[in-house]
Amino acid sequence: MNVNFDIQGKQAESTKPPKPVITTNNLDFAYGDSQALFNISMDIFKKEVTAFIGPSGCGKSTLLRCFNRMNDLINSANIKNGTIRISDIDIYNKDVDVIELRKHVGMVFQKSNPFPKSIYENIAYGMRIQGVKKRSELDETVESSLRGAALWDEVKDRLNKSALGLSGGQQQRLCIARALAVKPKIILMDEPCSALDPVATAKVEELIHKLKKNYTIVVVTHNMQQAARVSDRTAFFYLGRLIEYETTEQIFMNPKNSKTEAYVSGRFG
Amino acid sequence: MKRYFHKELTELENKLILLGEKSHQVVQLATQGLIENNLDKVNEAYNMDDYIDVLEMEISHACIRYMSLRGPVSSDLRLLVVALKASKDFERIADEAHSIARKSYRLLTSEGSLKNSLSLSEMGKLACELVNDSISCFVEEDIEKAFLILKKDHDIDAINQRHFDTLSDELLRDEMSDTARFNLMLISKSIERIGDHAKNIAGGVIFLLNGDQ
Repeated sequence: MNVNFDIQGKQAESTKPPKPVITTNNLDFAYGDSQALFNISMDIFKKEVTAFIGPSGCGKSTLLRCFNRMNDLINSANIKNGTIRISDIDIYNKDVDVIELRKHVGMVFQKSNPFPKSIYENIAYGMRIQGVKKRSELDETVESSLRGAALWDEVKDRLNKSALGLSGGQQQRLCIARALAVKPKIILMDEPCSALDPVATAKVEELIHKLKKNYTIVVVTHNMQQAARVSDRTAFFYLGRLIEYETTEQIFMNPKNSKTEAYVSGRFG
Repeated sequence: MKRYFHKELTELENKLILLGEKSHQVVQLATQGLIENNLDKVNEAYNMDDYIDVLEMEISHACIRYMSLRGPVSSDLRLLVVALKASKDFERIADEAHSIARKSYRLLTSEGSLKNSLSLSEMGKLACELVNDSISCFVEEDIEKAFLILKKDHDIDAINQRHFDTLSDELLRDEMSDTARFNLMLISKSIERIGDHAKNIAGGVIFLLNGDQ
């Protein structure tokens, strides 16, 4: 099946209803006998930042990993019911090429995980395995990806040095640059700042804000201040259920659900 | 490091300054309209109230939004607290001016021009000056000017007391009707309240600049 995840184009004007890029319908997900997600239905909108918040074990990371089928790597993981559609394609259809899906739905993890290679090779790696050999094309992508991740100025004079010599914050931005290199349309971020200091966190948050002009971003975070600062919409999960999903302004200024209110105001538990 | 949302604070400051300028304008129009027997100015002052109310609500919303979403601390938080309180004071200043305009309209249309304007001209100018200074001490971050406002407010209070004594005097009965005297008393009180609000704003600026209550 030739999948075309064509979700180019500018976000609809604010007067028009936003266009969903990811549509989750009645999703039930389990690890073996243990159900992790219950009847999740939600839309993720184009060129917006959507934050998933909730206490540990609430299912936010599980749902995030469903969006690029990272859960396929866990044997017992299975979707019991429901669908996830990206650009109107059911991504769990057996004909979908998972590699192709992951090119379009990039991921950045909690802990930065650069390859033990040079900074240049970290970015070029994804392109090389796609068959790109032309040096000028690789150079161009390396530079544009590093610029896109606001890292170029800091590393342009040491591209051939090991990526492991970068600071934690730089390594995380390198991972974002690496995700950008394969030209995704959606970027999933699983607690991207949890291992970073406040300055590095601020840089990544600035980057997220900048990237949303061109990408749809979903970010899982335990840091509610971060969700409030960077996201346009926020979803609150609890015990595998989606409790409330609204604009971030609504969630943090006047949530409808008492559980959301308790969680965002720190009165939970 | 400047964050992308810091521009929201700049926009908020600009909106607060605009509200201050509009409040100053409405006080000027209302007091000048009464003294100069100019109904156009009185009407203009009367009609500005809605616009000022909307501006004040926008500032309140922006402050609460920023507090909820951006986690402000230190001088950013003080700025938001001061903006919330000052916007309310500017809105109350405009309300007092609106009230002056309403009473002035009644006075000027029923009694004609004022035979005895007492010290209302001086008082009006002082009130305008205080409102203007309350904006400029905020813009220029001038703590000396803010302290000066606290002192100048006493001058307005003193004129108001003088007006009250004069207007209560039976001798003035021959000069103007009871209604006119009563309205002038209320107008004087409104101008005195404008001074009080300007003083509150100055207090806010002092808190903003030195962090002390």
